[in-house]
Amino acid sequence: MLAAFPHAMPLEGLIGGLMIGVAAALMLLGLGRIAGVSGLAARATGIADSGAPRGIATAFVIGLPLGAYILSAIIGGVETRFPPSIIPLLIGGLLVGYGTRLGSGCTSGHGVCGMSRLSPRSLIATAIFMASGFVTVALMRAGGLL
Amino acid sequence: MKQILVALLAGALFGAGLAFSGMADPARVQGFLDLFGHWDPTLAFVMGGAMIPMAVAWIIQRRLDKPFADAHFSLPGTSLIDRKLTIGAVLFGAGWGISGLCPGPGLADLAINPLPALAFVIALFAGMIAHRVTS
Repeated sequence: MLAAFPHAMPLEGLIGGLMIGVAAALMLLGLGRIAGVSGLAARATGIADSGAPRGIATAFVIGLPLGAYILSAIIGGVETRFPPSIIPLLIGGLLVGYGTRLGSGCTSGHGVCGMSRLSPRSLIATAIFMASGFVTVALMRAGGLL
Repeated sequence: MKQILVALLAGALFGAGLAFSGMADPARVQGFLDLFGHWDPTLAFVMGGAMIPMAVAWIIQRRLDKPFADAHFSLPGTSLIDRKLTIGAVLFGAGWGISGLCPGPGLADLAINPLPALAFVIALFAGMIAHRVTS
């Protein structure tokens, strides 16, 4: 479909994105809340003291792997190519955990929900974490880590 | 009970969308961030797809007094741009690039590829706890 990018999955991406958007719309119009995964995960575990009621946060967080599991079973498997070493998972996880709490959101809260709201705060946050991701991966490539 | 079911359904649909779109695949997400390698634009299609229902939802939201299954809207402010927001986003983006994972895919992958996903999720919560005890 995209000749210049043979590995891209534009159709799957668009459909999956629509599913994510409907899920976030369900949280907004059903429960009046932002479907921000970092905040809900912090709330579900009790790491955050304020935010969504713990029952709601826990149900959403349990739903994530449940939905992924059901979809994977239906379509006969989903590719998940993790880094070959545990080190980038641990360093990445620590930075993502600390950074999303400090910055009050991640790809879902600031990205999907905040950008569609045209929230200046979320537009800035998304631009910064995207830029930081681009620079980080460029440095990894320059350093021979990719 | 109704609220719990709505949240569970939303989470499951979100997780299914991540898995279907290729966003549960850390190498594909990292490929989007890899401008100087084999760039993979899939993530942009996912973001674009997610914007469509949410743009409509925000228009509907402004016309509602309260959500369908709860007493009131509990939404964050949109204007505060401070050092915390910017430094947090820089750190998050770095971790996202290093691992190819953000919180949603990390949690969703617990059901698809449990061991490496668990390593990421444990570190994710450790990072969140580190923020809590230092602030």
